[in-house]
Amino acid sequence: MGGGDSAGRLVRPFALTGGRTRPSRADFTLIATVTAVDPPPAAAARPQPEHTRILRLCAEPVAVAELAARLDLPVSVVVILLCDLLEAGRITVRPPRPVSRTTPDLDLLQKVRDGLGRL
Amino acid sequence: MAGSDVATDASSAPDTVKILIAGGFGVGKTTMVGSVSEIVPLRTEEPLTMAGLGVDDLDGIEEKRATTVALDFGRITISQDLVLYLFGTPGQQRFWFMWNDLALGALGAVVLVDVRRPESSFAAIDFFERRGIPFVVGVNGFFGEHPYPPEDIREALAVPEHVQLLLCDARDRESCRDVLIALIDQLIASAVQA
Repeated sequence: MGGGDSAGRLVRPFALTGGRTRPSRADFTLIATVTAVDPPPAAAARPQPEHTRILRLCAEPVAVAELAARLDLPVSVVVILLCDLLEAGRITVRPPRPVSRTTPDLDLLQKVRDGLGRL
Repeated sequence: MAGSDVATDASSAPDTVKILIAGGFGVGKTTMVGSVSEIVPLRTEEPLTMAGLGVDDLDGIEEKRATTVALDFGRITISQDLVLYLFGTPGQQRFWFMWNDLALGALGAVVLVDVRRPESSFAAIDFFERRGIPFVVGVNGFFGEHPYPPEDIREALAVPEHVQLLLCDARDRESCRDVLIALIDQLIASAVQA
């Protein structure tokens, strides 16, 4: 799985997913937060190298987009790998804070405003 | 986190929200993200080939290698349990389909406008208006210069009165912060009115 050459950069991700191009679930949006389950479930199979890299990066909660950037892999590929890990019970996923246009969350907005004010 | 079960593990993760930084190509989106982000802006690239072609069509991929759409983003930790992400949207609007959930669930957007060619951000304004996504307009004066009064730019871009339009400098942290605060204030004002 060397793939260090330039052409490999695009081809390799497909190999990582075993040729899959579509995720099996819709949980992993760009700012969904992923956290490794620690300790791993007793029956956990030995993860593949890319899965291990992901698990290492999400020892602390991390957003999907950030994972992809740090892995230098397309989001679409990372999402498929995350589906594997979720189904194996190795990670948990937290969806982003829902945003409603009809009933805006004033507390949330005020919190964001205060945070920006401290910059 | 020791001793916690799966469910509480997930809830110890912070809440996340996002704001989009949009506008025409080369208008200073990534500069703005970098000015306020607590991390050096990160980049993720999506191969365009994945969208239209099956995996069997990877022959000749070397030639298509340049065909990727990049997404730059940064992060601001608002508090221990709330993190704001800033996404600089791809300049060419026709590539937004690559990021299906980019606009979905965003608090709102900043449309950056290059004072020298405001028309390049018209598509972004149109995009948010049509989807009902709240936005403010930041007029990025290059080298901090603002040769035109804001009213003229508002008129040129047909920005409605309820949308804030601010002069800014994408290289300046405080200036960019003020644009983001203006967006949040606009959201709060319309929430209070509703």
